[in-house]
Parts: sequence; structure tokens; C-alpha cells
Amino acid sequence: MFVHVPGPWSPLFGRLTLDSIPYTNPIILFAFAFSVVAGLMIVVPVLYYRKVGYLFREWLTTVDHKKIGIMYILLGLVMMFRGFVDGMMIRTQQVMADGPKSLGYLGAAHGYLPPEHFDQIYSSHGTLMIIFAVTPILTGLGNIIVPLQIGARDMAFPMMNAVSLWLTAVGAMLVMASLFIGDFSTAGWVGLAPLTEVPFSPSVGVDYWLWAIQISSIGTTLNAINMIATIVGMRAPGMRWDRLPIFTWTTLSTNIIGLTSFPILGVALALLGADRYLGTHFFTAGMGGDLMLYTNLFWIWGHPEVYFLVLPAFGIISEVIPTFAEKPLFGYITMVAATFAIAGISWTVWLHHFFTMGAGPYVNTFFSVATMLVGIPTGVKVFNWLFTLYRGRLTFTAPMLWAVGALFLLLIGGLTGMMLAIPAVNYTVHNSVFVIAHFHCMVLLIAYSIFAATGYWFPKVFGFRLDERSGKMFFYTFSLGTAVLFIAMFALGFMGETRRLDYLYDTQWMPALVTEEIGIGIYTLSCYYFAKMLYVSIRDRAKNRVGADAWGTSRTLEWLTHSPVPFYNFAVTPQVNTRDELSWRYANNVAGVRPSRFEDFHMPNNTVVPLLIGILAFGFGFGLVWRIWWMAGFSLLAIIAVVIYRSFARDPGYIVSAETLAKLEGADEPLSIITETQHLAELGMITETRHLTEAEAH
Amino acid sequence: MDGNIIRDGKMPPLWHYGHEEHDVISAKTFGFWLYMLSDALLFAGLFAAYAVLDHAMNMAGGPVEAQVVHPIAATWQTLAVLSSVFAYSLATVALKRGSRAGLIAGMAVAIVLGAVFIGLELADFASLVHTGATPDTSGFLSAFFVLIASHGLHMAFGLLWMLVMLVQVLRFGLSTAVVAQLLNLRLFWQFQASVWVCVYVFVYLKGTI
Repeated sequence: MFVHVPGPWSPLFGRLTLDSIPYTNPIILFAFAFSVVAGLMIVVPVLYYRKVGYLFREWLTTVDHKKIGIMYILLGLVMMFRGFVDGMMIRTQQVMADGPKSLGYLGAAHGYLPPEHFDQIYSSHGTLMIIFAVTPILTGLGNIIVPLQIGARDMAFPMMNAVSLWLTAVGAMLVMASLFIGDFSTAGWVGLAPLTEVPFSPSVGVDYWLWAIQISSIGTTLNAINMIATIVGMRAPGMRWDRLPIFTWTTLSTNIIGLTSFPILGVALALLGADRYLGTHFFTAGMGGDLMLYTNLFWIWGHPEVYFLVLPAFGIISEVIPTFAEKPLFGYITMVAATFAIAGISWTVWLHHFFTMGAGPYVNTFFSVATMLVGIPTGVKVFNWLFTLYRGRLTFTAPMLWAVGALFLLLIGGLTGMMLAIPAVNYTVHNSVFVIAHFHCMVLLIAYSIFAATGYWFPKVFGFRLDERSGKMFFYTFSLGTAVLFIAMFALGFMGETRRLDYLYDTQWMPALVTEEIGIGIYTLSCYYFAKMLYVSIRDRAKNRVGADAWGTSRTLEWLTHSPVPFYNFAVTPQVNTRDELSWRYANNVAGVRPSRFEDFHMPNNTVVPLLIGILAFGFGFGLVWRIWWMAGFSLLAIIAVVIYRSFARDPGYIVSAETLAKLEGADEPLSIITETQHLAELGMITETRHLTEAEAH
Repeated sequence: MDGNIIRDGKMPPLWHYGHEEHDVISAKTFGFWLYMLSDALLFAGLFAAYAVLDHAMNMAGGPVEAQVVHPIAATWQTLAVLSSVFAYSLATVALKRGSRAGLIAGMAVAIVLGAVFIGLELADFASLVHTGATPDTSGFLSAFFVLIASHGLHMAFGLLWMLVMLVQVLRFGLSTAVVAQLLNLRLFWQFQASVWVCVYVFVYLKGTI
């Protein structure tokens, strides 16, 4: 029943032979050398300073939501850099391969990339940016911030949280492995059927793509369960639904989307996998297969996925703007309603990705109207942000610049999206780079929000602010790059350039292509400022240390605890009294009030199980990609055995005693500790808790 | 906003003292409900694929629906899976009473009936393959086999889980962690039976029309 694939196969190594390693390709050799150097720059200091044990105990086996979040974001940033390099290679190939007289290098007829290599690069660019850069970074931000915003000690299922992280990392590792062992898919990040079928793509490329996404999407689904359970079940006392910070709301809505849409992706990829491994005919070109079934299933996940990414970005903007406008968010309830309206509509618009399928006017009209409906709640959001800015006391820090910049991109991306929602327009520009420019505006809006969020919450996590000067230079160069590149790309779309071209036939496109290349050059410059921002910030960290509230005008609960956040988040669970709790405490002069007594509390132990599951999942994925059946089978059985073994382990966690806690809290800020009792007495106020405390003290 | 909540100079409490009541069972049950939702969507995707590929064009000249589905055999499977759920429900009644023996007896019966279900399914598959109706014959048969095998895999996973829980009950008794798992397993088992009812109606009964 197993599908016969061309080429050699051995029981021990499957399809893997020495020829699978593309050591003759200078570009890949360079990438390999770069990766090795970058890897050594991490590994050598770890070994030299004897930090292996620390790394293992404190990070690789951690169940702390903040550390897991940091690792998610690091993973995402590294993948984003690789995705950016892919983008740079695509741009450079196109500018070099315009017109029949353009020269060819390194075995390519035009430009420097032969078609099958170019196809791999745009496929990995999309896969990396969406699945392995933006998704992990947003998941990581949710991981770090949401428990803090709702006043929880941890996620609902701390160990499962680590499993999610390692499964995502396994997916990223598989894409990285495809760079040096074998090849990657040439069928685009969406996996164009039936091009992904064995007769047309017999190499391991599609298998890498398939298992990387499949394994990481299991991680994303588990994380969605965890997030929803955390937000529903772990809110601090008084954190009613009408007091929930907007970022937490958007994370909730986004994870509802994730929970309900990722299984469909799982089905689409599993059926494709059945075609490729078991010889079924779901999406084949003959034998009763239906390639549009794949396209529909993929986009039933794919479009909700877009909102899965953009909603947390909207949440970030909704947190950053009020802080730096020093005003409460305008229209809190409409903001929540708009968030859930977008989440709801996200399920009903997938067909606008292929209006040209030929579904007929009635079907197209339905999806066209549904798509345009998205504009209404999105418009509500934009006006809410504008009215928050209106007559605010604005401070243009780097995070604020990113948040405001995101609004412009939302406007351009949103309006071009409305154009594309009209089937008549869509028939004209579909598959052109106009569409590419449109969705890059939307994805860049998410990237802008990510940069806003990293700047905004960085001091919360690490205890010092990022350097403003280089941070702003990063923003300005990045924005200039965006403008130069994507304005030219919109124009090229109207001039008829279709997407995914390794050779361009029209020499009249040259000026616009050169403009795009200049744009990507400015982006490269912005990478320098990003690196400089990190370097300067870490070097001058002593100067930029912050207290609990890094900005002085923050509004939400996460800024109530120390920066950096201790492993237990809050020494005593805060009692929430209003929306924007911290602003309220400022207004009533009680923001500095510390708890008057501490109590023992319970924390989960670190465990090696999630890491082990991750390593085995890599073996499972790699074994399946190369058809090394013993490896895949062993890994799967071992995962089941580990899970069963873990279910027998009785891990009680540990207790942090009140004395330890007092010591930890006191050592952190010895002078600023004012107990609730003292402080309120000074204010001439009495509380019920104070009476209780004193009664118990006697 | 909540308006002025400071009245008569009284500050509402700022910190919540006292132990947070950590209800392990309810957290785990809620999490598992969410997992069941994702599982439901997974089956929704498979049913959608089956509905699309259940068309003469997708049978590619191979066996048609009426030649493939055996509703009488599937009725026996239905009886097996529903009785298995009933046995597990009796086990949870025993759990409520705190009767370990009743729990183990109910689970043992549920395991046997679940195994009967899987045995019947494998026999059905074997007879289909024997007549040449294999998954790689046509798009329709691909959808048929993958939908039913996916459900069968879930059932097999449930059986494995039950066996593990049987050992845990014997080893740890009715501890909180064990009870939380037993309740989630009930949810899982009943859900798989509900999915089978959908399979029975939309594949086997509809296929005979």
C-alpha cells in the first residue's frame, strides 16, 4: 500500500543518501557556514562559561510561562531573520532576471537562482514568516503577558505549555534541516494541489513542509487550549469579564480561532500525507481526486489564521496607544465586540482566496459581501484608536511609533483588501503582485505591532528599557523600506507582474524592480539598527533600569509587579477593583501599596518530559520525511510511552514558604516596601482587610 | 468604568489573601472539553471531505457506495460501541459510589466491547480489501477508509487509555488525578460514540439509499 517513490531506499536510512546533502551549491554552503558560525557563537560561550547545566535546568526543562514565552519569541525572531533573508534573495533574483538579455550566474539561465531553487525560497519565505516567525512571537507574547494581565501565577497547564513550545520548535527545526539535508517544497507555502502530489513533487521537499507545519500546528492547538483555560479559569479575584484588558480579550478570541481552525489544517495536511504515503486519491489529478477540496480545506484554516495573527496585533495596539496617550481606551465595549465580530466573520470568508475557482456568481457574491463586512468592525477599531489619540497627552516613544505606524499600514492594507474583495477587481489582479503587496501590508502591520510589543513589554520581562535612539532609527529605516518596497510592488501589480516569477519578461518593470531592491536594501539597514538597539540596550542596561511600571503611565495589572517579573508573578494575588486597575491605583494614590503579609504558595516542578517529547517528535517528523520507518515508528511509540510514564509520575510540585517570599520581596526593593496597612493608615483610610489582618495578628 | 468605588473613605481590598482554591478536576475537565471541540472540528473536516468525494465522479469507475457499505455489520458495531459507553457509564456510577470493584468491572466490560468494535471494523476492512476495494482505488474509497480509520484510531487510543487507567486505579486508588482522568476519559469515550453515530448515519445508512 505504501507509495513507491523514485530513487534509492534502504531500510536503515530510508531515502537518505550522501547525495541528499547539496554540498555543491555555493549559496547553501554559505548559508550552512553562516548557521554554523551563528550556532557556535551560542554554543561556545555556553560551554566556556559552563552554563550547560543552567541552560538545561532553568530554560530547557522550564514550565515557567515567562521563560517559555521568551523562548517562543527568540525562536520567532531567528526564523523571521531567515525569512527576511529569503525575501532579500527573492527580490535580488527578480531584479537580476528581468528581460531576455539579463545575465545568469551559478547555473541559472537568468539571475543567480535556478527555478527549482527560487521556488523553494519563496515557499520557505511564506512558511517561515507566517508559521514559524509571527505565530511563535505572538504566542510567546500571549504566554508572557496574559497570565500577568489577569493576575495569575502561571498558565492553567504549565507542562503542556512547554510541550507546545517544543512542538513548534520541532517544526522550525525541520524547515532548517531542509536547507542542508534534501530540499524544501517548491509548491508555495499554501501547498498548491496537485503540485504537492508525488508524481509532480517526488522529492522530500513537500514532506518537510507538510510535517513541519503538522507538528507545529499540534503545538499551536495545545497552546490555544491552554490559553483559553487560563483566561477563563485563572483570573484574579475581581477580574470580571468587563475588566479584562484588551490584549487578553484579543488573545482569547485568537485562541478560539486557533482551536477551531488548526484541526482543519491538520485534516488537509493529513489527507495530503495519505496521498503521498499511502497512495490515496484525495487531491490527485485523476482517480477521483479533487484538488479544490484541498484548496478549500486549506483556506478554511488559512483565512481564520490571518485573523489568528492580526487580532493579538490589534490587542497590542490597544495597550500601547492608551499608555502613551495617557487616556483610557476609547470604546472598550465596542473594541471587544469588534474583536469577536472579526473572529466570527473570519470563518465565512475563505473562498475570497480563490474567487477565480469558478464557483459562480452567487457563491462569489456571498463571500465578497462577507469579506467586506470585516471592514466594519475593523473600522470601529481604527476609530477607537483615533479617538483614544484625540486630545491625548502623546509621548512618541519607539513602541508608540510602531503602534501609530501600524495604523497607516492597516489603512492601506485594509482598503486594498476591500478592493480585492470585489470579485470583478479580483479577476483582474488575482495572482498578481498587487495581492502580495496587499497582504504584506497586513502582515507588516502585525510585524509593527510585534515590534511595538517587544519595546513596550521588554522592560517588564528584563527589567530595563530598550535604547530609544537606535529603536527609533530602527523604526524609521524599517518604515522607509516598507514604503519604498511596497509602493513599487503595488504599481508592479497593476502593470501585470504575476507572483512567484523567477524570470520576468517585461523590461519596462525594471525601474520598479530596482526601487523594490532599494527598499529591501533599506530593510537590511534597519536590521543593523535592530542589532544596535539590542547591543546598546544591553550595554547600558544599568542606566535604563525601571521599577514596576516602566512607563509611568501604564494602565494594566502586569505593571503592578516587579520588573523583571519574579518566577511567582505576584507575591500576593491582587484584588481587581476596576478596569485599568493600575491607573485607578495611581489615581487613588495606592499604586505603591505592597501586601501586608505573605502566604505559602504552590509551584509546579520543572520537568524534562516536554523536551523529550520534542526530541522524539523531531525523530518522528524526520523519519517520515525520509521514509525511515523504524525511526518514525520508534519515535511515535516512545512518545506514547513517555506520556504514559508521565501519567504515572506523582509530581506534587513544591511550596514557596511565606518567609522565603518575604525575603525575596524584601531583597528586591528594600526601601520601597510600604505595607498596605501602613500606607492606608497614612492616607486615613481603613479597609476590611486591615481589620482582618490585625484580628489575626492578635 | 465602574465609577467611584471608594465610599466613605473606605478603600476596597487591594490584595487577595487566603489560599486560592485550586480545583484540579474542573480545570482539567474544562481543558478537555476544549480539546474535544478541536477533535469535533477534525471530524468535521473529514466529514466534509467525505461529502465532497461521495460522488459518482470521484468513484473513478471503481466500486460505488452501495457496494462498499455494509449497514448490517455496521449495526453490530453500533451496538458494540453504544454498549461499551453504557458499561463505562455504569463504571462512573460506581465511581460516584466510591466502589472500586464496580468501577473496574464496568471498565473491563467497556474495554471488551470496544475491542469487539475494532475487531468488527478490521474484519469489514479485510473483506473490502479482499474484494479489491482498497483506499488507493478511488477518491471516494480514500475518503471512506480514512474517515472510518480515523475514528477507529480514536477508539484504539481510548482503549489504550482505559487500560492505563485500569492500572492506575489499581495502583493509586481513586485519587484526584485519577478521577480527573476517568472523567475526561468518559467524555472522550462518549464523544467517539457520538461520532460513530454520525458515521453510521452519513456513511452506512445514507450509502444504502
